[in-house]
Amino acid sequence: MRERAAAPLPSRRDQWEAAVLREAKMAAGSGCCLRPFSCELGLLSRPDGSAAFLQGDTSVLAALYGPAEAKGNRELPERVALEVLLRPKVGLPGVGERSREQLLRRTLEAVLLGRLHPRCGLSLSLQVLRDGGSLLSCCLNAACMGLLDAGLPLASLFCGVACALLPDGSLVLDPSSQQEKEARAVLTFAIDSAEKKVLMASTKGSCSMEEMQQCIAAAQSAADTIFQFYRDSIRRRYSKS
Amino acid sequence: MEAGHGPESQAAVGGSLGASLCASGASWPCAGHLVVGCTLRRLVPGRCGRAKACLAGSGGELRTVEPLEYYRRFLKENCRPDGRELGEFRTTTVNIGSITTADGSALVKFGNTTVICGVKAELATPTEDSANKGYIVPNVELPSLCSPRFRSGPPGEEAQAASQFIADVIENSQIIEKEDLCIANGKLVWVLYCDIICMDYDGNLLDASAFALLAALKNVQLPSVTINEETGLSEVNFKQKNPLMIRKHPVATSFAIFDDTLLIVDPNAEEEDLATGTVTVVTDEEDRLCSVHKPGGSPLTGAKLQDCISRAITRQREVKKLIDKVINSIKPK
Repeated sequence: MRERAAAPLPSRRDQWEAAVLREAKMAAGSGCCLRPFSCELGLLSRPDGSAAFLQGDTSVLAALYGPAEAKGNRELPERVALEVLLRPKVGLPGVGERSREQLLRRTLEAVLLGRLHPRCGLSLSLQVLRDGGSLLSCCLNAACMGLLDAGLPLASLFCGVACALLPDGSLVLDPSSQQEKEARAVLTFAIDSAEKKVLMASTKGSCSMEEMQQCIAAAQSAADTIFQFYRDSIRRRYSKS
Repeated sequence: MEAGHGPESQAAVGGSLGASLCASGASWPCAGHLVVGCTLRRLVPGRCGRAKACLAGSGGELRTVEPLEYYRRFLKENCRPDGRELGEFRTTTVNIGSITTADGSALVKFGNTTVICGVKAELATPTEDSANKGYIVPNVELPSLCSPRFRSGPPGEEAQAASQFIADVIENSQIIEKEDLCIANGKLVWVLYCDIICMDYDGNLLDASAFALLAALKNVQLPSVTINEETGLSEVNFKQKNPLMIRKHPVATSFAIFDDTLLIVDPNAEEEDLATGTVTVVTDEEDRLCSVHKPGGSPLTGAKLQDCISRAITRQREVKKLIDKVINSIKPK
């Protein structure tokens, strides 16, 4: 069954990816060493909010349903019950996906004004379309764009930035898979838009304290570019219709 | 494949049960002190004088009706209801080698939080692309006996996230070189199955699990294995055991964030529920950061994270001293 569903998907994905890359006027690439990124909002018809975020070779599709009735015993009396599902490109979700789901869910709960929707349920599904490095940061960006597309009230925006520390001591933002393999540490941060503080941190490999502070500073400066891109995307979406 | 039973292992059990040591955590920033002895519960509530003052009054009803307000009263005085300072750990107890059927085991208690880790070693063939690397497979289990919040059945999100965290700590800190687990290149390697089971959940699961894992790995004794040239089969010699070569000693320190500003160390279950976020920092003896795990929650500045890391480094020294003391106290066979 999975084979039949997979067959039409690549061509549709290639079509919209090409369309997005053609029309996206992205701001990145020039000053802050992030790979070229682009996004498409509202591409799926059934979910309340959907977004596809492409960062270099990595692309993730996010779909948000809600606020709707919470399922069964998940209902919380004073705020919204958020559920995040992350599906890998190949295979069934495993322990690594569950760990990432927990990171995403708790990051979203920090920015979402959950108390406005008590006893409701919110379900965010993320599908990894292509993994070319910096996957967790791409998931974070796709999730934020999905929330914006759904029009949910948020305390602040957030963005995901990944930094890799290469063996020669240099710092690379938004590493590709090759750079991640060579790196001795890969740090992923979620930075919020209000005060540029660290919402989420996840590290792979070991580093010193000074290196981590450098990575946080680099991530905070790269976050400005991404937030500007969010504003431009939303402006473009609402100016068309 | 079971570890050998015999007079040697009995002596080890006797020796190690007496080798539980307690250390009460230090108040930030002074140095900690170690207490040698075998008492399990040393924590006296209301030890902090200011806490006693806060408890006077309508403590009981406020705690059930408005737990957050109750906690805020204590936090204003820089202490907590159980008498600890904000930077103080609960009494840490570790007991090594109590499971005779496992190749290495450790029981760790942080106040009421009890975690037991058992390590079993088995033989396996390595993969083609890493022919000289063994495997370490951690698994954290939160059975329904440890807390009413966990139901029996397939592992929930918290257990899976904890398993992934422990796997990341092992990977990032290089606690054991996988090449050390190789017996014959391309043919035979050791697989270490590390099962971490929580018996009593009172908060701070990640710290206790990481500590239990480290203590259990230090306790592992692997039998020597040779490959018979003629038959090509492996021969295990249970009489001759070697300990594992532990290269680094990563120690996890967890913090709970209250009201977006206050950081408290070693939260118990009640504090974790009331907290607005958590941070876990794993450091090793060279002051390198093996992991900074902040799963969402209140945002923190770089400076606040720096404070957490400094506290974690102090804690790493205390824990390393404790583990060394316990390992050295086990009677040599």
